[in-house]
Formats: sequence, structure tokens, C-alpha cells
Amino acid sequence: MMIKIEVNNRTVQARKGETILSALGNCGIHVPTICSMAELSPTGACRMCVVEVEGQEKLVPACSFPVSEWMKIRTHSPRVLRARKTNVELLLSNHPDDCLYCERNGNCELQKLAEDLNVRDRRMRGRKSKLKSDHSGYGIIRDPEKCILCSRCVRVCEEIIGVSTLDFVNRGSNLKIETAMSKPIGFSNCIDCGQCLINCPTGALIEKTEFQNLDHILDDKEKITVVQYTPAVAVSLADEFDLKGNADIKGVMNAALRKIGFDYIFDSSFGGDVVVMEQASEFVERFGKKSNLPMITASCPSFVKYIEEFSPDLISNLTTVKSPHQAMASLIKTWFTKLNHIAPEKVFSVLITTCTASKYEVHSDESLKSGDRDIDAVLSTRELIRLIKLNGIDVNKLETEPSDGPFHATTSAGKLFAVSGGEAEATVRSIYYLIEQKEMPEPRMNKFRGSRDVREVSVETKQGEIRIASVSGLKKAMKILEEIKSGKREYDFIEIMVCPDGCVGGGGQPIPLLESDIRARIRHVYEIDKNETLNAAHKNSAVRKMYEELARAPWSKESKLLLHTEHEEIKVLK
Amino acid sequence: MSKSPYTTGLKDVVLEVAIKQPSEYSTGLIRKIELLSRVRVEKPLIMIGLNTSGKIAGGDRIKMAVEEYVSDRKLDVDVSETGAIGLASREPILGVQLPGRTRILFAEIVEEEVPLILDDIFHQIVPKEKFLGQIRHDKLDPWMDVPFLDEIPFFALQNRLLLRDCGIIDPLSIDEYIARGGYRGFLKAIRNYTYEEICSIVLMSGLKGRSGNGFLTGEKWKLAYNTSSDQKYLVCNAEESDPGAFMDRALMEGNPHQLIEGICLASYAIGATKAYIYIRTEYLESIRKLEIAIESAREYGFLGHNIFSSGFNLSISIRKGPGAFVCGEETALLASMEGRRGMPRSKPPYPAERGFHRKPTVINNVETLSNVPHIVVNGPEWFDTLGSGHCTGTKIFSVSGRAKHTGLIEVPMGTSLESVVVDIAGGAREGKKLKGIHIGGPSGCLLPADKLDIPVCFDALKDAGAVLGAGGILVLDEKVCIVDLVTYFMDFMQQQSCGKCIPCREGTLRMSEILNDIIRKPLDDESHSSLDRFKSLMSLEKLADVMRDTSLCGLGQMAPNPLISSLTYFRKEFEDHIFDRNCPSNVCKELRTYYIDVELCTGCTICAKKCPEDAIIGTEKHPYFIVSEKCTGCGICKDVCKFSAVFYN
Amino acid sequence: MGKTEEILNQFHQVSRDVLIPMLQAVQDECGYLSEEAIEKIGSHLSLPASKIYGLATFYNQFRFAPTGKFHIQVCNGSACHLDHSISILKELFKHLGIRDGETTRDGMFSLEVLACIGACGQSPVIAINGVYYPKVKAGMIKDILEITKLKSS
Ligand SMILES: Cc1cc2nc3c(=O)[nH]c(=O)nc-3n(C[C@H](O)[C@H](O)[C@H](O)COP(=O)(O)O)c2cc1C
Ligand code: SF4
Ligand code: SF4
Ligand code: SF4
Ligand code: SF4
Ligand code: SF4
Ligand code: SF4
Ligand code: SF4
Ligand code: SF4
Ligand code: FES
Ligand code: FES
Ligand code: FES
Repeated sequence: MMIKIEVNNRTVQARKGETILSALGNCGIHVPTICSMAELSPTGACRMCVVEVEGQEKLVPACSFPVSEWMKIRTHSPRVLRARKTNVELLLSNHPDDCLYCERNGNCELQKLAEDLNVRDRRMRGRKSKLKSDHSGYGIIRDPEKCILCSRCVRVCEEIIGVSTLDFVNRGSNLKIETAMSKPIGFSNCIDCGQCLINCPTGALIEKTEFQNLDHILDDKEKITVVQYTPAVAVSLADEFDLKGNADIKGVMNAALRKIGFDYIFDSSFGGDVVVMEQASEFVERFGKKSNLPMITASCPSFVKYIEEFSPDLISNLTTVKSPHQAMASLIKTWFTKLNHIAPEKVFSVLITTCTASKYEVHSDESLKSGDRDIDAVLSTRELIRLIKLNGIDVNKLETEPSDGPFHATTSAGKLFAVSGGEAEATVRSIYYLIEQKEMPEPRMNKFRGSRDVREVSVETKQGEIRIASVSGLKKAMKILEEIKSGKREYDFIEIMVCPDGCVGGGGQPIPLLESDIRARIRHVYEIDKNETLNAAHKNSAVRKMYEELARAPWSKESKLLLHTEHEEIKVLK
Repeated sequence: MSKSPYTTGLKDVVLEVAIKQPSEYSTGLIRKIELLSRVRVEKPLIMIGLNTSGKIAGGDRIKMAVEEYVSDRKLDVDVSETGAIGLASREPILGVQLPGRTRILFAEIVEEEVPLILDDIFHQIVPKEKFLGQIRHDKLDPWMDVPFLDEIPFFALQNRLLLRDCGIIDPLSIDEYIARGGYRGFLKAIRNYTYEEICSIVLMSGLKGRSGNGFLTGEKWKLAYNTSSDQKYLVCNAEESDPGAFMDRALMEGNPHQLIEGICLASYAIGATKAYIYIRTEYLESIRKLEIAIESAREYGFLGHNIFSSGFNLSISIRKGPGAFVCGEETALLASMEGRRGMPRSKPPYPAERGFHRKPTVINNVETLSNVPHIVVNGPEWFDTLGSGHCTGTKIFSVSGRAKHTGLIEVPMGTSLESVVVDIAGGAREGKKLKGIHIGGPSGCLLPADKLDIPVCFDALKDAGAVLGAGGILVLDEKVCIVDLVTYFMDFMQQQSCGKCIPCREGTLRMSEILNDIIRKPLDDESHSSLDRFKSLMSLEKLADVMRDTSLCGLGQMAPNPLISSLTYFRKEFEDHIFDRNCPSNVCKELRTYYIDVELCTGCTICAKKCPEDAIIGTEKHPYFIVSEKCTGCGICKDVCKFSAVFYN
Repeated sequence: MGKTEEILNQFHQVSRDVLIPMLQAVQDECGYLSEEAIEKIGSHLSLPASKIYGLATFYNQFRFAPTGKFHIQVCNGSACHLDHSISILKELFKHLGIRDGETTRDGMFSLEVLACIGACGQSPVIAINGVYYPKVKAGMIKDILEITKLKSS
């Protein structure tokens, strides 16, 4: 039902029961917010969104106060502005003031608030908070000095990711965000998904970077520097650099990376194709034997870590195939080096990804078991952007370039890994082909697309009906896994992505992570799939060549050695 | 059902008392009532005040001494415990009642005196100077030369409605409560009134929440009553988190059934079938007594299923609050009951609409609820005659600090603060000058001695820039430093803030830092010159406005109260601290910089030996020297120097 | 069955509502909340450890290390503050070499500051293992500690 309210002496329409904030949004008035988060219920904690409501003695928080008929609201009266400004000044009064050295310099919400509210002199001086930053994790660093206690990280980690690594501890001026028993984050149950840091308004949560030494290594003539980038990175660069419409972003990226000084540039979607080949074969075997079903994908390192920590009983359900970039890395150190007569130890292998968990993944036990790390440094999309800027490259003026062999041939199957539902769609195409020995009649499956967090598809084959689900947002996935355990649901194959919408919404993406950007990236991925004639992994000639020359066949002894891994229980406080 | 050791087994008699109208009582019943209520005793009765503060003052040892005395002499006497009579500064208190005689109370006794006192009194002699007074009763023989309690100013000027039986009855005995008229209100309600009628009666009585916000209790109940739901809850807020407030505790320890009956009535009024008492864990005595009271009430049928065939069901459970000031705030309290961090949430929706487990929940304070049985029995008009103006009934104050008499004081609303503080509590003790009072707990206000003519009433206090709060009064004499006290409260609030919202979490911290800069030695370069200190102080007034305007809950909204009120009334003391670095009451010792005059010092070493901080160095027979970084300004060196060589500036 | 399990099984309800009562029961029994206890309660109630820890750190009552053999509580309520409870506290800091919330290295004493013990008429008040010392003065602290230590040997 629509009602009328009065905002700044103007009558506007509002929906009954909605909050003042949402009503203001509809009529184009912006009030600053810190603690409110679009998907989650309001906490009314930060008081930045306060407005004046006639008849209310105190200012009220727009984000949690419901509108009522003929409510008279003033959103920018002197009293309101003074209150907001004072609250920002309070936050600044003990803030470390490290902007120039801060990861978030330039896109920090606190900085922005100070600017917007015209904070110009230091009227309040508090003792600087002196808290140690926590570098114990591989994925994320916590810098509690800069934390403004908005609890966004806590709520994301609890309500969307579901592992609840973080919570408030203590109260009053000792209030902090910490893990259970105040353990360093690297020893906690954090799965490094980075969703907390991408939602953090300040520099209190940042990624661990391996950026610093990169220029020396690139400069080192002895090192052969190779770089691979995941498909989600490529589609994300477009909006960051405002690349127009259908520009060949991949080609631009290749050119940029070459300018930066990488010797070889690879597209990880080749790895995606390999993963599809492997897990399709693995699945067909399991499906035939009806063992360890549902088979669950393991391309998302956060999810793998989650299973190892929280649900080791499901380890046998995970596919054993490595994630696309790890598979790729393994092939770089073997096939690529062999073909190019390079000593593997001379190779410095870099991964650019939207995923902070990969920073952990390359350090995790499994990937070290084979001896060396296959990937030497992991950069996020954000770091890539920084690298491009650091090198003074104007991407809009670059000529597109191809990526390097032997991985230059890719299909749109590997590209689909960027979005939730994509890996499942890509894998089904090859499973169908394996069983039926023919291409799927309608390989583009809309049921895997669209913005729901759970998607279900079932495919009829000679061997029976295959029930497939794809889930994004770990919290949702946990529920589904519970229901599978209790027999309420049955599937044969499940794709799980920890981040909502999959890797295009990963923790390594540019901040702020806007819903509209994510939608654009997803559109882009499906665009590629639409325009690509090679849309299934088994159609990739280079992949076939790889099997001929190196790994014999998918799910063979040789390929298991090269492209598969083991998962083991990790004991942490949960 | 097993019988509790706290009931006499005269359940039928007791229930007859409760159910019948007093006019229908037979003489036999009246006689029984007198015995049950211990207005009359058949054998000597000794009652020891075993409320928390009585215990701390040595009540337990008194009880042991009494028991030893009784068993040594094989006497046939009843020994029983009671709650606080309200005169905390004179505890422990012992009462003796011989058959046919009035009860006489002794105060501030130590265990060694017990045999002497009892010897005397059993020989009908009044032991000299140990008595406090006797309790008037026209059917009983009074003691000569012993004042009646109602003649002692401390009691005479009070109007003890809720406290009437505290310190007199055995709180463990439901029989005694009923014999004195208890549970009649509840029975009347479930037999004669609908839920809604009880809401209206309470609304008409004008009863306002005694926790401090002064919200009309009946209105809150009506809101909950009118919200439809399959389950409603009543929560009794017994967190009593203000330091210095102890009226709720006294009510629970002194007369727990009065509260239980209030809870029954409130639950009935809103249609709640589950009631909780959220009480702080430290209140061991209160918890023990409430547990016994709930058990006895259940045994007598006042709680349980289909109470007295009325169709009304009710259970009461106790929830122990693990300690956080802010959990006195109702939404934080509910969060705590739900197993969460006690962080308040924004209102609306109000708990009466959406509270515990999102069901309509009324939260009322202990004192508020304890009023309800009296209102139902005597009617709303009667309640209105107590008190004055907009405020009806009485209010209990807990008076502590530098008052001559500390303890509990119950007066009708509208009585002046002056009468509470000066006439009843006796003003400042030891002949010191009364500087003022602090009223309303850590988020309360300071008032100077010449502003105490304000009546006890929510609105009048508000007009004077003060709050009634829960009714804690801290009496301040000339030796109290206002700036130190305000800093203390601000430190307290800063630690107790839940930390959720910025104005409160950061605001209280800033305020506390600035105040500490004023009363302490500079900690670092950032603690500025006097002008900076003054500017900071001025900025605090503006900050206070924003805190009041934007904080999520009452804690942050009221945290600046002590500071702002004292800046109004005691500004000079702040200026002394800021500009002259001088604490007129010599409480903020760090402000003084001590030094030794080289000319006068003989090097006798005394001061160096006595300095608790080892801040004085030197060689014997040569002038000594104070290391000012170490010196905390305690002044001991000045006191001990025989040659008056120590000075301060 | 371990002590903690026994306590947990005494609760008929398995919901977040009983979390605080459970923590209280475990702490009453074990003296503090250990990591294992928190883990057990967490899996019993299906609650993340961080939420239990976060909750426990909010309230004064819960501790994560055992108290000393003698647990000293110092009242710093408003009445006691007026009567210089801070100087008593400082004296204790000095003699014990610990601050509030800490335990001496030999495990003998631990220190806690309370806001009102409940005997404002007797201020300032301290309590050692539940035995109250009303109207204490800073000068008495040394003796009180010495006597307490004697009691233990
Ligand atoms: C910071 C804060 C602390 C409070 N502490 C208490 C308390 O200790 N006891 C209490 O009864 N009410 C306390 N209250 C008030 C309660 O929120 C609530 O209003 C009260 O229990 C309602 O009872 P009443 O209507 O009977 O007064 C507090 C409020 C705030 C904001
Ligand atoms: S978090 Fe923001 S305000 Fe703080 S130092 Fe970094 S950029 Fe500056
Ligand atoms: S923004 Fe201002 S303070 Fe920061 S570097 Fe530029 S001039 Fe300096
Ligand atoms: S990285 Fe993910 S799992 Fe770790 S704390 Fe952040 S949101 Fe939680
Ligand atoms: S770490 Fe960031 S997101 Fe989390 S509470 Fe602090 S400022 Fe907010
Ligand atoms: S969904 Fe993608 S970005 Fe997110 S954790 Fe998984 S692999 Fe990383
Ligand atoms: S005002 Fe203080 S106590 Fe209340 S919610 Fe805000 S921070 Fe918490
Ligand atoms: S004032 Fe106290 S601390 Fe300072 S030197 Fe004298 S005795 Fe020592
Ligand atoms: S006590 Fe007086 S005379 Fe003796 S050393 Fe100290 S200052 Fe000098
Ligand atoms: S955005 Fe409304 S209170 Fe934080
Ligand atoms: S008499 Fe109480 S509000 Fe005025
Ligand atoms: S203030 Fe110390 S006992 Fe109350």
C-alpha cells in the first residue's frame, strides 16, 4: 500500500512499512550509511543515517525506522548535519590517520564521509587506538586500528558465508572484532573467501599481498615469468577501466600484462576445460557405480577449506580434481616447460584471480605435497588494476593481443567458471557427451542462469536421470548439504561457490562490489558463451593435444597424478 | 507433592485467610492470623537481618552467636531471618519479640554482645544503648524508654508502603505474607476482574515505571494486551544495574512474595503465561529467596495450571544475568535472555509488541511490580491519594555516600529531595557540610545542596535538569571532588557501553579521556595546556548534545548527564582543576607537584622511606629530591617531614 | 562422560536460550570457560564458537582462565569510590604485582573490580573468597593479604 510522507517539505509516496531509508532512496535523496547492508536486516548501529522526524524527541535512524502516513522528515537540517558530522569526527578522533599508506586510500568510506560532511579541523583529539594487525592468514589481514566496528564483516561472515569466524568481543571502548578465543585469523576457521573484506568500509580488513617483490622478479632476466588469469578477472576489468561494450577484454588484458613485463600470458579457462574433462569422467564413473554421490565440485578453494574444516565426512563427495588454476599451474610447470625447454625451477608462476582464497590455496598442504608451490604469487583483480596503473598503462589505447600457447585455445566452457552455475553447465555438456556420445541438443541451459542462489537442473541420459544443483553463497549451500545428509534432497552432482553469484563476486574484486557491476559481469560471461562456437571442453583442440602428449586421457593414472589432489580434515575451533 | 520446609502445613488455614474477606474471619481465624503473621508470638522470637548488606556487616556471625546461645541454654525460642529494615548504616540488626511484648530491635551489634543483649532482654531488661527502637502495636506491651520506630525521624517521615514488612517478616514464609494480607489482590483479580480491567485499574492508578523513565505502566500493559499473539511474556527486570541502587534487592530479600504477587497480577493483566525474573547473578540472596517464594507459591496454587480454577496458567522462572550494566535496558535484557550479547536494538517495535522471541513482552521493574498488589487491593483512587501532582504512590530511594544515615527511604511522590536527604537521611555525616547530591545512578545528575527543594517527581526533576532514575541518591559532602566523581561516572559508562553505536561508544570514551586529562597528570604530549583542556571541555557540551540526540539507547543518551549537570552547578570546580591545576577537596592528588626545599631539608631520610612510590631519592644528610614522574601526589612525604621541607604547587 | 557433557545433559532444552545458563553452570563447576568447554557447548547447541566467545566476553561473569586460590573482589561502586576504593586497588596492584582481571604467577591471588558489592553502608568493601571486609583502608591491605596467605599454609 502506498502512503504519503513529507520529505524536506515535499510530499512523496512511500510504501507502507518500508524504512525511511528505502523511501528516501526512491525519491532520490541520499543519506550516508555505514552499518546498513542491502541484503541484511538493519542494526541501526552507526547512527550515520539519522534524520529528523517531527514529533520524535531524538533523531531517528532512517535505515531502521518505518515510515508512517504523513510523517514529516528532514534529512539535511543543521541539527542532522551536525550530528552526522560529529559522529564522523568521533570515529576520526582515534583513527590512525594512515590514509597515505592505507590500502583503501581513495575508496575508503570513512574518508568519503569525512569529505562529504566537510570535516575540516580536528576538534576532538582522542588517544590513537593501538592494536596489532594480524598477518597470520594467507588470504586476509586484519588491521583492527582502522576498524570502525560497523559489524558488516561479522554479518556477512555469519549470514551469507555462514562460517561465523568473526564476532564482536568485549564491549564499550574495548569492543573489537575477533575470532573465537581471539585466535589469529590464520589459526581460526576462516575460509579466506574475502567477503568480509570486500564489504569492509575501511582498511581494517585487507588482502595479503604478494605484490611488493613483483617488479624485481619481472625485472630478473633469469626468471621466466608466466601469468594466468581467471575468466572472472577478465570480465571485471571492463567496468573498472570503462572498456566499451563488446571490446575484446581478454586481448586487451594480454597486451597489458605483456607491457607489464610478463614473459608468458595464459588464460586459466584452459584449466577450466581440463577440469571439466576430468570431473566429467570422474562423475560418469561414480554415477555408474552409484558411489560417493552427489559428487561436489572443488573448484572453489574456500569451499574445499570449508569441507575440510567443518564437514570432513563429505570429503569423499568432493571431486578430487584440482581447481582450474591449480590444474593449469601444474601443466605450466610440466607441459609448458617441456615444450619450451625451460627448467621448471626458473619459472615464476603468477595467478591473477578474483579469489582471496587462492592465496591460501597455493600454500595449503595439498598443493605443497608435490614439492614446490605450483603458483608463486597470487594477485587479486584489485592488485592487477594497481599494477596496470603503476606501469602507466592506458588500457583504452592498447591493441589486443593473443595469449600464449600451448594454452591459447580455449572454449566458453572454461569461461563459465566465472559465474555461479557456470561450472555445472560446462560440466554437464561434457558429461552428456561422454554418456551419449553426442553433443547436447540445447547446451545453453537457462535453468543454470539467473540470479537465484539455488538452481536445479535434471538431465535425461541413457544411464538415467542426472540431478544437478548449483548453489552460491555458502550459508545457503550449508542448508542444502544438511538437507542432503538428512535425505530431504537428492542430487547426483552439485556445484558450490562460496561467494554469492560465484567468482565474479569474489573477495578479490574491485571495491565497492556493486550489484549492478556483478550483473554486468555475468551478462558478459554469457555473451561470450553465446558468441563462441566452441562451447564445450571436449571440443578444445589444445586440451586434446595435452592429453595426447602428457596426461593420456581424463581420469587416467597419469592425469590423476598431475591434475588431482587429496583433501584432508583440518582441525580448528568451529 | 513434597512440602517445602518454608510452609507451616497450615495451607488450608492460610488459604482461608487469603480467600475470605477480613469481615468474614472468625475469632479463631483471627487468632491464627495473629500467630501466623507473628503479631503475637507464643514463644520468644529472635529475628536477624540477613539481607546482603546485613550479612556483609556480620549478620551471619550474629546468627551463629544466637543459635549457640539458644542451644547452650536449651531455650525454646524461634530463630528466624528477615530482610533489610532499611537502615543500612546501622546493620547488623537483631530483633527480639517476647510473648505479649512488642518487638524490640538492636542495631550495630557485634557477635560478642549477643549473649549480653539476650541475657538482658530475656530478663525483661533493656540493654543500654544497643537498641534502635520498638515496633508499635496497641495489643502488646511496650518497652519503657525505648522509642517507637515511627518516632525516630528516619522512619517517622517515611511512608512505607512497599517496605512496610521488609525487615519485619520472614521473607521465606509465604504464610506470614498471606497472614498480613498477601495474595488477596491476585485472588481478587482472577475471580472478579478481566485481564483488561486490571490493565485499566493500573492505568487509572497512575503508576509510572519505577526504573526511571516514568512510563505509565498501565499503558504499556494495554499495548501488550491489545497485541494479539499465541504467547506473551512478562519479564521482571531485576538487573538493578546502577551502582548505589539497592531498593529492588531490598524488596526481593525483604518481601519476595510481594513481587511474586505483582508478577502474577501483571501476567494476568496482559495474558502472559510465562514470566521471567531477570536478575543479576551477584544477587545470591535475592535469587535464593525468590526461588523459595516461587516454590511456595506453586505449592499453594498461586502458580501453575488453572490457578484457583480461573483457567489462568502461569509459571515463573529465574534467569541469572551474567553481569552487564546495559542489560538493564529492556531490549538488551531480551537479547541476553535469548542467549546473545546484550546489545540494545532500535525501537520501534517496542517489546510490548515484539519482545522475547518476537512475542509481546512487558518488562517491568521490581519496584513497579511490587506496587501492583497494593493498587489492586486498595483501589486506584487510594493510590492516587499517595503522592502529588502527576505522580502517584511512593518512591523508594537508596541513599549512600556521605549521609548520616544510609539505607532505604520510601516517601510519597512529591516529597522534596531536601526532606529525603536532610530530614530523613540526616544530611552529611560527621558534621561536614552538605555539598549536594547525585541522583539517578551513573547516568544521573548532580544537584547542589541549595537546589534540593525540588519535589520527587519525574517531571519536576527533569525541569531542573536532573533525573529521578531508579532512585539511587549519593550524598556528597565538602570532601567530595565533583570532577573526580564525574570522571568516575564517565569511566563507568565508557566501560559499560555496549559499544554498538558510535556516539555512545566513542563519545563516552572521548569524554572520559578529556576528564581524566583534567584530573590527572598529563599522560603524554597530547594532554595539552590549560587552554586546550578548557576548549576540550567546552567541546564536550556540544558532543553531549549529539550523544543525547543520536545514541541508540538510554545509556548513550543519558551518559553525559553527570557531566552536563555538574557543569551547570559546579562549574567553578572544573575551572579550578583546569586553570589552577588545583583540586579544592584534595581528592585529585596527581594535580599537585611536590618538591623538597633544599634549604630546609636535613636529609633525615624519613620521607624516602615512607614514600609509597619510591619517588624520593637522595643521600643521607644531604637534601633529598622528588622524582616528579614517579610521584603520585599522595602527600605522605609532606605529612612525615619533621622539618616542613616538603611543599607542593 | 566428561564433566562438561554431564552438565550439558542436565539441560532439557537445546536452544540458544540456555546458552548463558550453560556457561554459568560450566563455569561454576570448572571455575572458568576453557576452549574445550566452549567447543563442546558449541557443538551441543549448534552454535559457532565465535558467537559463544563473543557472548562470554560481553559479560562480567565469564572468565577464560582459572582464578587464583584467593579471589579478591574490590568494590568500586559509587559509594566505595567516594571512600577511595581506588587507593585500595592501587595498594593491591602494588602488593600483588597484578592488575584487575589477572592472576598472580603462583596462582595464589586473582583480582576483580566490581561495581557495588551490595553493602554501600559499609564502604569501602572488599571480599576475598566471599568473606567480606567492610570499611577497609589502604593501610590494612598488607595485613589482610598476609593473614590470607597464612590461612593457606
Ligand atoms: C542503560 C539502562 C539501564 C537500565 N537499567 C535498568 C535496571 O537496572 N533495572 C530496571 O528495572 N530498569 C532498567 N532500565 C530501564 C528498562 O529499560 C525498562 O525501561 C524498565 O525495566 C521498565 O520498567 P518500568 O516501566 O517498570 O520502569 C535501564 C535502562 C537503560 C537505558
Ligand atoms: S581506513 Fe580509510 S580513513 Fe583509515 S587510514 Fe585507511 S584510508 Fe584513511
Ligand atoms: S590529502 Fe591533504 S594531507 Fe593528504 S597528502 Fe594531500 S595534502 Fe597531504
Ligand atoms: S574471509 Fe570469509 S570466512 Fe574468513 S572471516 Fe572473512 S567472511 Fe569469514
Ligand atoms: S573490520 Fe571492517 S567491516 Fe568489520 S567491523 Fe571493522 S570496519 Fe566494519
Ligand atoms: S566463489 Fe570464486 S572467488 Fe569466491 S571463494 Fe570461491 S573460488 Fe574464490
Ligand atoms: S547507546 Fe551505548 S549502550 Fe546503547 S546501544 Fe549505543 S553503544 Fe550500546
Ligand atoms: S607525594 Fe607521595 S608519591 Fe609523591 S613523593 Fe611524596 S610520598 Fe612519594
Ligand atoms: S623528611 Fe623532610 S627533612 Fe627528611 S629527608 Fe625528607 S624532606 Fe628532608
Ligand atoms: S546506517 Fe542506519 S544506523 Fe547505520
Ligand atoms: S508530580 Fe510527578 S510528574 Fe509532576
Ligand atoms: S558501592 Fe561498594 S558496596 Fe556499594
